[in-house]
Amino acid sequence: MVSGVRTLVVWCPDWPIVAAGLCDRPAAVLAGGRVVACSASARAEGVARGLRRRQAEARYPPLVVADHDPAADARAFEPVAAAVEAFTPAIEIVRPGICALATRGPSRYFGGDEALAAQVAAAVDEVLASSGGGGGTGPVCRVGIADGPYAAERAARRGLIVPPGASAAFLADFPVSTLSFRSATEGNAEQDDLFFRLGIRTLGDLARLPAPAVLARFGPDGAVAHRLARGLDERPLAARTPPPDLAVTAELDPPVERLETAAFVAKNLADRLHHGLGAVGLTATCVLVEAEWEHGERLARRWRLDGSGSGGGGHTAAALAERVRWQLDGWMTAAAAIATTRLPGGLTLLRLEPEEVRPDDGRQLGFWGGDRAIAERVARALARVQGMLGPDVVVTAAPAGGRSPADQIRLVPWGEMPPGARPTGPKGATPPWPGRIPSPTPAVVHRSPVAAQVVDAQLSVAGGPWSAVTAWAGPWPVDERWWDAATHRHRARWQVVTAEGTAHLLSQEGDRWEVEATYD
Amino acid sequence: MAVAAATLSELAGRAQPVAIAGDRLLPVLPALESLLPGGGLRRGSVVTVGGSSVTGSTSLALSLLAAVSAQGSWCAAVGLPALGLAAAAEMGVVLERFPVVASVGRGSGPGGWAWVVAALIDAVDVVLAGPPSGPGGGVRTADARRLTARVRERGAVLLTCGDGAWPEPAEVCLTVTSAAWEGLGRGHGHLRGRRVEVVAGGRGAAARERRAQLWLPHPDGGVRQVEDEEAGKEVSSGERRPHARRVVS
Repeated sequence: MVSGVRTLVVWCPDWPIVAAGLCDRPAAVLAGGRVVACSASARAEGVARGLRRRQAEARYPPLVVADHDPAADARAFEPVAAAVEAFTPAIEIVRPGICALATRGPSRYFGGDEALAAQVAAAVDEVLASSGGGGGTGPVCRVGIADGPYAAERAARRGLIVPPGASAAFLADFPVSTLSFRSATEGNAEQDDLFFRLGIRTLGDLARLPAPAVLARFGPDGAVAHRLARGLDERPLAARTPPPDLAVTAELDPPVERLETAAFVAKNLADRLHHGLGAVGLTATCVLVEAEWEHGERLARRWRLDGSGSGGGGHTAAALAERVRWQLDGWMTAAAAIATTRLPGGLTLLRLEPEEVRPDDGRQLGFWGGDRAIAERVARALARVQGMLGPDVVVTAAPAGGRSPADQIRLVPWGEMPPGARPTGPKGATPPWPGRIPSPTPAVVHRSPVAAQVVDAQLSVAGGPWSAVTAWAGPWPVDERWWDAATHRHRARWQVVTAEGTAHLLSQEGDRWEVEATYD
Repeated sequence: MAVAAATLSELAGRAQPVAIAGDRLLPVLPALESLLPGGGLRRGSVVTVGGSSVTGSTSLALSLLAAVSAQGSWCAAVGLPALGLAAAAEMGVVLERFPVVASVGRGSGPGGWAWVVAALIDAVDVVLAGPPSGPGGGVRTADARRLTARVRERGAVLLTCGDGAWPEPAEVCLTVTSAAWEGLGRGHGHLRGRRVEVVAGGRGAAARERRAQLWLPHPDGGVRQVEDEEAGKEVSSGERRPHARRVVS
């Protein structure tokens, strides 16, 4: 029986709270309407993970609430990762807030597991204190060492160092429900519930069952849980090392300085990597992101792709692209803020290397096969257009709030996550926008309003011929963004129909008239 | 019980395959069926939507997409920078499946209008395209022939609309010949609905001229045929509401 790789895990509790800079007050971070993290003082007031917003606020009304921002989490974790990386270059970020390293080399060099753990904890605490302002309520980290990343993560939560070979005994007392904490997927929670109802209450109970029986009854997920419960690595150690040609590289000439452009390159690279792996029936579970900068600097970081990514599982090209984007954001934006790193300049090379792969188990297509295949075909064609004309050219629209027809739509470049949905009223109704022109909405919304002249019920658009206005309504006065001098607009809207039967939406500001939209 | 049956049939409708390869006709809204040969958009065809001097062609083009999009197909728009996407959503186009290419390059090489349209024809069921207009605009005849062949081969539908002209004879040509707005008075009310007359012509099965009186949009939303009695009522009520009639062009 092969035991897991001796692993050290650094765990920063409540990382989303730390990243949001809220750890000194009762605060909670929400994703999808549920609390995903809360500060220690909020926990003392009874706020817990998984609560709905209303429940949390009922338990402690002055609670400070923030939305979850995974990109900010990753960015804020960058200094911590850099501090841990000073001990060994081979670190893995399991997710923002948790990183792991194999201790075999470092622990010999630094004088044993205990000494290594103490030094890592001191280094990380120093970083956290300098960023979080220190003090008694400042963020802290915990370090644990055990066999295999999962046991090490549990050990880190208790701040323990588990002796080699004792991980199974250490895990035996944990309830099975702790299994679902390793990734926030629904399936695991259901499985843990099933374990519980079958009388398997602790990981020890699970570990005592014969492996073939667990596989037969609970399938591959159950087998993974069983391996974890026995203190073995989640992934078999015989994981194949991929042949080197699977790595994908993009050389950027001229160097890229804008994050958006770099992220677009990263998306293409992720797609290529995904296809390359797919061609040999593999999927990556750990990817090394390497970047080279104008001044010859070379940065690299490992990202683990587990099942908990947004955008439908961590193994998709989109999820990988998202992580590379976070990483680039961390390097390009946050590096400027860290005193020890100088501004890296333009990006000249980006490389994605699959470090660990496993056979792709495939995924289920829709019953009639159509849906996903069509969506992928569309995505390919649009990526082609984006590649030729630039990423911002292909857009999809998302409904947004606003009074003018142009404000009611927000354009999002294709392939990017749409911004968070606008709040909707009860039963999904859109919130009221007083002064909004009632439907129908004009079918032609001019990109930039067309100048017009209105004299004596005669309308001339863009210096064109005069035509009589036969019907009109208005003014609908709006005083928008009065709190911001730069975008403040005070204007009146009119609907007019000309003798030709053309209906326009005019906007009047002082004695300046513009055609905002046409009811074509 | 009846409610449950209705819900079930609605769910069954949703679970249906979105695009059966053998399906030669893409659906359109019931009000538009009488305008098109076969009562739908035939795959592999080019349809032009225009309105010589009368407005309404953009709304008509969007309404042609509505049923296809609602059924689960992908549509795309290119070359129509001023397209009102809020209006598209209101008409029934599902925005998640409606990518828009906001601007295209010049010329007919890679990145140009014809290139982008060809790339989209490969991927989606209906491409709504506005041929480049203005000086130096228009579609070259060779490009138009190539796109027509591509549309036929891929089984997509190319829908052109806007100021630019399509140089080849299209399968179906829809033209808005008259438009009259309702609901707006002299200083009161607001735009509610529009009655348009649409004339369809074209080649082959569409050569016989078809006409339809449509509400585009109806005061209650959506697109509907103008009922005969409504037409009669309109004349009489027009006497009482002079402004409503004067809007007619």
